[in-house]
Amino acid sequence: MIRVILPHHLRTLAQVGGEIELEIEGPITQRSVLDALEARYPMLRGTIRDQVTLLRRPFLRFFACEEDLSHEPPDTPLPDAVASGKEPLIIIGAIAGG
Amino acid sequence: MSGVRVLVGTRKGAFILASDGKREKWDVSGPHFAGWEMYHLKGSPADPNRIYASQTSGWFGQIIQRSDDGGKTWHQPGTPAGEPAAPGPPKSASNKFAYDASANPLTTHQWYDGTQHPWEFKRVWHLEPSLTDPDTVYAGVEDAALFRSTDGGESWKELPGLRGHGTGPKWQPGAGGMCLHTIILDPSDPNRIFIAISAAGAFRTDDAGKTWKPINRGLYSPYIPDPRAEVGHCVHHVAMNPSRPKVLFMQKHWDVMRSDDAGDNWKEISGNLPTDFGFVIDVHAHEPETIYVVPIKSDSEHFVPDGKLRVFRSRTGGNEWEPLSRGLPQKDCYVNVLRDAMAVDSLDKCGVYFGTSGGQVYASSDAGDSWAPIVRDLPAVLSVEVQTLA
Repeated sequence: MIRVILPHHLRTLAQVGGEIELEIEGPITQRSVLDALEARYPMLRGTIRDQVTLLRRPFLRFFACEEDLSHEPPDTPLPDAVASGKEPLIIIGAIAGG
Repeated sequence: MSGVRVLVGTRKGAFILASDGKREKWDVSGPHFAGWEMYHLKGSPADPNRIYASQTSGWFGQIIQRSDDGGKTWHQPGTPAGEPAAPGPPKSASNKFAYDASANPLTTHQWYDGTQHPWEFKRVWHLEPSLTDPDTVYAGVEDAALFRSTDGGESWKELPGLRGHGTGPKWQPGAGGMCLHTIILDPSDPNRIFIAISAAGAFRTDDAGKTWKPINRGLYSPYIPDPRAEVGHCVHHVAMNPSRPKVLFMQKHWDVMRSDDAGDNWKEISGNLPTDFGFVIDVHAHEPETIYVVPIKSDSEHFVPDGKLRVFRSRTGGNEWEPLSRGLPQKDCYVNVLRDAMAVDSLDKCGVYFGTSGGQVYASSDAGDSWAPIVRDLPAVLSVEVQTLA
């Protein structure tokens, strides 16, 4: 079981409250987590990664276990603590504009 | 009983203002999509319960929302809220605006520094539902292109003939980005569409979007290298009265213009306006020679002149303008009115509505003679549309 925390506006869009829990088979990577997230919440397609390029949107960052994973390749395995459900993958909107 | 529904897009959500035909008491609902930039909402002329909305964010990109019950509930087309994942083709392509790579030969436009820059989708500025089919809707986007959906907004395809016109390398972004902000469907000819781009100019198709021609003859823009160029003009908005589809009115960056031949030729009608810079322009629903603008001081100072909020009305199709100020603030007012933030209803007398950067939405139920705020403390208003309900 994978835990994901979304920023406020995406929680509103997906109509979810707190954390999201996802069951994923196979390697636990940014790509597999986002694939599972978008499959369950299709209204999120295009909001975290671009609909066409599938690249992470520039003002969003991925954190887990106090590490910034935003620039990791999408198929790099996420930390064991995320794969085991001990720690969440946190998707954060950049604080911009003061 | 007749009524009106005013659809307001703001920097931080959408609001729906409803009244009966007297237009004296208003119900306010919202914010819908709180915290998101709502660039535009517009109802289908063929089904007033069908409303499309452009929801955008610098963080999370573009979302298309649709209501089938007059704005009470909303969903992303093709993605009912809470629906579990299902096998089959991917859903929620309603926010997928992929440029058509066959838009030959165009791949770049002019950037601020004069170099060429690739097209990059940023947001939907304007949604224009079909006059006859609730499931067909056009989207004007930034970077400038025209898209169409024929399945109620579930999927979108570019009409690539516009970018393929060949003048694209001379199109350039204005201060707000390179946006296609105006879409006018000709009620007398389903093959004719007018669009306008800042900063490229106005274009017309006479074959339902396959091919386009620039319609900018007569425009004069001293701030571009060739002031009378075929394209490159910063057109802010264009308006038409449906009863006379060949007569167009334009608020350009500077200059208010008029065409009597479907855009083939334009002449200036700024006349006695205190300044002919501005964004909005609209036409009275029943008097096609009565037009409205809100003059703005300058392109450097985006607020009304002299601290006075005044709509100017011409009843002679331009050149002779009268200020309309009754009910509007006449001191210490420094708001702007953006290009899609004025609309008219089709009741008798004609109602006129506009929203400001200060969050006020003003209404006149007597064609502009007097005004009153419907709301005055919304987030900055980006767009105002009105539906006249039977």
